[in-house]
Amino acid sequence: MAYTPHTDADHARMLGAIGVASIEDLFADIPPAVRATRFALPAPMAEQEVRGELSRIAARNAVPRVSFLGAGAYRHLVPAVVEEVIGRSEFATAYTPYQPEVSQGTLQSIYEFQSLICELTGMEVASASHYDGATAAAEAALMACRLTRRDRIAISSAVHPQVRAVIRTYCSGPGIEVIEVPADLAEGGSGLTPVEAAASVLTDEVACLVAQQPNFFGGIEPMAELAEAAHAVGAQLVAHVEPTSLAVLAAPGDHGADIVTAEGQPLGIPLSYGGPYVGLMAARMASVRQMPGRLVGATRDAQGRRGYVLTLQAREQHIRREKAASNICTNQALCALAATAYLSAVGPQGLREVAELSMAQTRHTATALEEAGLAERRFGAPYFAEVAMRVPHAARRHAELAAQGIVAGYVLERDYPELGDTLLLAATELTSDEEIASLVEALEATR
Amino acid sequence: MSIAERTSADASGRGAAFTSPAPGDEVKVVEPLIFAASVPGRRAVRFPRPSEAARTAASAQPDLPAEALRDRAPRLPEVSELDLLRHFNRLSHLNHAIDIGFYPLGSCTMKYNPKVNEWVARLPGFAASHPLDPDALAQGSLELEWLLAELLKEISGMAAVTLQPAAGAHGELTGMLMTRAYHRSRGEGEQRTRVLVPDSAHGTNPATATMVGYETVTIPSNERGGIDLEALRAALDERTAALMITNPSTLGIFEDQIDQVVAAVHEAGAIAYMDGANLNAILGRFRPGEAGFDVMHFNLHKTFSTPHGGGGPGAGPVGVSDRLAPFLPAPLPVLVEGDPDEVRANAWRGRGTPGARFALEEPDSRPESIGRVRMHTGNFGMFVRAYTYIRSNGADGLRAVSEDAVLAANYLRVRLADAYDLPYDRICKHEVVFSGRRQKRRHGVTTLDIAKAILDHGIHPPTIYFPLIVEEALMIEPTETESLETLDRFADVMLDIARRAESDPDSLKRAPITTPVGRLDEATAARRPDLRHTFDDGGDAAGG
Amino acid sequence: MLPEDLRYSKEHEWVRVDGDQATIGITKFAADELGDIVFVELPEVGATLSQFATFGVVESVKAVSDLYAPVSGEVVAVNDALRDSPELMNSDPFGEGWIARVRVSDPGELGGLLDAGAYGELIGS
Repeated sequence: MAYTPHTDADHARMLGAIGVASIEDLFADIPPAVRATRFALPAPMAEQEVRGELSRIAARNAVPRVSFLGAGAYRHLVPAVVEEVIGRSEFATAYTPYQPEVSQGTLQSIYEFQSLICELTGMEVASASHYDGATAAAEAALMACRLTRRDRIAISSAVHPQVRAVIRTYCSGPGIEVIEVPADLAEGGSGLTPVEAAASVLTDEVACLVAQQPNFFGGIEPMAELAEAAHAVGAQLVAHVEPTSLAVLAAPGDHGADIVTAEGQPLGIPLSYGGPYVGLMAARMASVRQMPGRLVGATRDAQGRRGYVLTLQAREQHIRREKAASNICTNQALCALAATAYLSAVGPQGLREVAELSMAQTRHTATALEEAGLAERRFGAPYFAEVAMRVPHAARRHAELAAQGIVAGYVLERDYPELGDTLLLAATELTSDEEIASLVEALEATR
Repeated sequence: MSIAERTSADASGRGAAFTSPAPGDEVKVVEPLIFAASVPGRRAVRFPRPSEAARTAASAQPDLPAEALRDRAPRLPEVSELDLLRHFNRLSHLNHAIDIGFYPLGSCTMKYNPKVNEWVARLPGFAASHPLDPDALAQGSLELEWLLAELLKEISGMAAVTLQPAAGAHGELTGMLMTRAYHRSRGEGEQRTRVLVPDSAHGTNPATATMVGYETVTIPSNERGGIDLEALRAALDERTAALMITNPSTLGIFEDQIDQVVAAVHEAGAIAYMDGANLNAILGRFRPGEAGFDVMHFNLHKTFSTPHGGGGPGAGPVGVSDRLAPFLPAPLPVLVEGDPDEVRANAWRGRGTPGARFALEEPDSRPESIGRVRMHTGNFGMFVRAYTYIRSNGADGLRAVSEDAVLAANYLRVRLADAYDLPYDRICKHEVVFSGRRQKRRHGVTTLDIAKAILDHGIHPPTIYFPLIVEEALMIEPTETESLETLDRFADVMLDIARRAESDPDSLKRAPITTPVGRLDEATAARRPDLRHTFDDGGDAAGG
Repeated sequence: MLPEDLRYSKEHEWVRVDGDQATIGITKFAADELGDIVFVELPEVGATLSQFATFGVVESVKAVSDLYAPVSGEVVAVNDALRDSPELMNSDPFGEGWIARVRVSDPGELGGLLDAGAYGELIGS
C-alpha cells in the first residue's frame, strides 16, 4: 500500500467514471469456482522494519575474511564509479529500448558494450547479453547446430561443470547429443584437453567443440589446435573464456574461435550469491542471423543525427515466434552496462594490471603452499589465475578453515571423483600477501 | 530531455575522431562514443603494484606459453574518471525511465521500483556472498531464497518453486522441459509432441516450445477476447503436451472460462502452463495452483517491482504442482534442520529461528530433475528486492496493488473509449488494448505515428502492434503507482492526439520533434548492419 | 498496375516464363505489406524447388515471411544484387527485385496459377 497513491476520493472518482459500484465489480469475471481461498502473507512492514528484517537475514551470511574461492565467480574490485553509473535510475528504471527516440542512453551504451566485447574477443559481432556465461555457452552450442545443420556437440570435461550441466539441459530440448572429451586428469597429467582426444570424437556429424580458456582448473588450453581439429570436420569452435584473462591471453578470434562466450561477472559485477551476472557472446558476422539475443546497430534520423536502434529483430521471438533463433527476451542489460563502465574505467592498462596481479597472487599462493610443504600442484600445464593444488585431507581441512572464515578455494572432488584431495585456488588483485600468509598458517594448523 | 546537438568536429576534443558510417556526409552526434574521449595514457582506476614477495614467488611458477599470449592490447577506452562519469551521465539523460515520467508500456508493468529495495540489495552480507561459499557461510542467502519461495508458493498456490530461471522466457523453457520430463516419465514422451498456444500469446511461448522440440499449434481467440473453448477442445488430444496460456491474457482480459480450460487440458492428459506475466492483476484474487495449473512462471521484474535495467536483469521463478515437483531444476535451497512452520512464523515476525539450518540440495538427490538451467541459484539480487517488496506490502498491500492497477486501466479504458476503437469492450484487468484502426483508415495516422506523438509529451508510449490479433494495437498498462493526475494528463494527451489525427495528421507524422533524435532509419540499420565501433587506426583485426 | 504477362500465386509470388525457364519474385502487394525489406535468404543455384513449398525467407524491419515456390524446377540463377540491396524488392518488385530463375520441370503447373485479373481480385485492387 505504501506505493499506491490513490486516496479514497480518487477511488470514488475512478469508480464513478467507470460506472461500477466497487472494486469488487472489476473482478467479477473471475469464475467463483476458482477464486482464491487464501492469501496468508505476513503483515506489511514499514521501511524501518523491512530494513531490519533484511539486515537480519544479510547478517546470517558469514562473509569470509579470507577467500581463495573462484571457480567461475571472482572477487574483483568493483570501482565506485561503476556502481555510480549503474545506480542511475535513468538506466535502472528504463525498459527494453523499444522506442529508440527516448532510449538512446541504453542503446548507445549497448553499442559500446558490443564494441568492447568484439575488441576484447577479436570477434566481429557481439550480442547485447545473455543470462549468464553458462546459458550463453548453451545458446552458442544450439547456434552451432543451426549453422552446421548437425545435432551433436562435443565438450571438454575441463569446461566448468555447471556450464556443462546447463549445456546438457539446453541440448536435451531439441534432442542434441552431447559427447564429452575427457581432459587429461591423470597423475602427472596436464589438466588440459588433449587435442587427439578431441579429434577422436570430432566427426562430420558434430556441430561444435566447446572448450574453456583458461579451463576450469586455470590451465591454458591449446585453443588454436583445438580450433583446427574442429574445423577439419567442418565443426565450429565455441571458446568459453574468462574476460579479464583476455588482457594477456590471445583473443579467441585470433585463435580460430567461431563463437566466443564468457561469464561477464569479473567485469565490475558483485558476487551477489550468483546473480545477476551477464553472459557474453560474440561471433563472426557471417553467422549473425543465427545469433540469439538482442543486437543494437547504428543508423541516422532524417536530420542526419546518428542514433542507435535494436536491429536484425527478425531473428527474435517477438517477430519469428516458433521459428526464432531463441526464446530470449529479457536479458541482463544493466549488468552489461556495468561491464561497459568497468572496461572503460580500467582501460587496457588497468585490465592488464588486474590480470597480472591476479596471476601474481595466484602464483604467490601456490609457491607459498609448496614451500611450506602443504600442497603441490596437481597439473603440469601453465595456468592463468587459478590453480589446482593437491592437499591431503582436502575436504576436512576445507571445512575446518571455513569455520574460521577462510575459504580455501573449491573442493574439486565435488565434480571430479578422480580429483580427490584437490583444491582449486584463485587469487585476484584484491588478495593480499597477509591473506596468503593466513591461508598457509591455517592449513599448517590443520595438518 | 533537451540535449544540445553537437557535431563530431567540436565534440571529439583531443580524442580519436569519430568515424562516420558513410564518410563524406556530415553526421551529427548527440553524444560521442566513449572511444572518442580516449587519450593514450589516460586512466580512471589504478591498481597497486604486485608486492616484492608476490613477484619473487611468482617466478617459481611456470610462465604462460608464448603462443597463448595476446600480441596487441585490446583498444579499450583510456579516459579519466570524470570524463567517464560525464559520458554515462549524459547518456542517461537521453533515456526515458519510470523515475522520469509515465511509462504505460503494456505487458511490461512499468511500476515504481521502490528505493528501499536497492538499499537492501547493497547490504554487504548479500553483495559479497560468493555463490559457491560453503552453505555454513551462506545461511542468509539460503534463508532468503527459501523464504521467497515460500512467499511465492502462498501467492500462487503452487506446491513448489524454483528460483533458478533468470527471466520469464527462461522460466517458460524450464516449465516446458519439466513438462516433457513428466510425459517421458509416464511413457508418453514420444507421443506428446504439440504445445497449444493462443493467438494472443507473447512470442516467447511458441519460441520456447520450439526450443524444447515441440510443435506449436495456435488456438484462436473468441469474439470476447478469450481463448476459443471449442477450438481448444478440438485441438486437444493424445498428442498434446501442454497448453501455454497467459492469464489475464495479453488483451488484459481474465479468461472467464479458465476453470473449463484447465479441466479440458487435464482431461486430455496434458499439462496446463500459466504464463504469469500478468500476475500483477490478480494478486490475492486468483491463485493458479488452486485453479489446477500444473506449472507457471513469475516475472519478479513485473509483478514484484524489481527494476527492468533497460532490458534486464529480470528473474523468472517457476512454480509447479506436486506432480511436476520431482522434475524441478537442481539444486533447490532446502531447510535441513528446523520446523518449517516455526521458521516461517518467526521470519514473518522479523525474527530468526535458532538452530534452523539451510542448505542446497546434494547433487543428484532428485534423479528426475531436468538439471540446471543456469549457474548457481538464480538472479539473487532480484530475489532480495522482490522479497523486500512483498514484505513491505504484505497481503493487504499486494491485494491493493492489483486492485489499483485494474482500477487505473479501467479508468483509462473509459476515458479513451470514444476516441479510440476498443475491440474488446469489457471490464479489463491491469491493461487495456485499443486499436488505432479508425485513425489509420480515416486519417492515415498509424499507431506508430500516435506513439511517436506521445513521446513529445514526455510520456513513454504504450506497447504497439501487440497483441498481433488486434489491428494497429495500442496496449496501455498504467500500473497502480501512477496518480490520478498523471492518468488524467495521459488521457488528455491521448484525446488531443486523436483530435490532431483529424485536424492535422501531418503533425503526427513529423513526431517526435522534442526527443534527442527523431525517427531513425531502421531499414538501413538492418540492411547494412553497423553493430560495433570501427577503429580508424588501420589495425582493425576484425574488420568484416 | 499488375503486369499482364505474369502468372501469380495465392502466396503473392509472380512467375515470368521465358522458354523453359521462369523468373520468380514477390508481388508489389507483398512487398508493401512487408514494408522495408532488409534481407532475403536466397536459394542455392542447383537447388530443386517444388511448387508451393518454401524455398527461402524474406525479412523486413518488423516482419518475416517464408517464400513459396510458384513452380517446380531447378534453380539456374539467383539475384545476387539482393544480398547487398534487398530494397530492390520494394522499389522494383517485378523487375530488378526478382529473386531466382528456375528451369521449369512441369509446365503444366503454370495453368494452376492466377492471371493478373484473378490475382488483382484476390488482393482487392
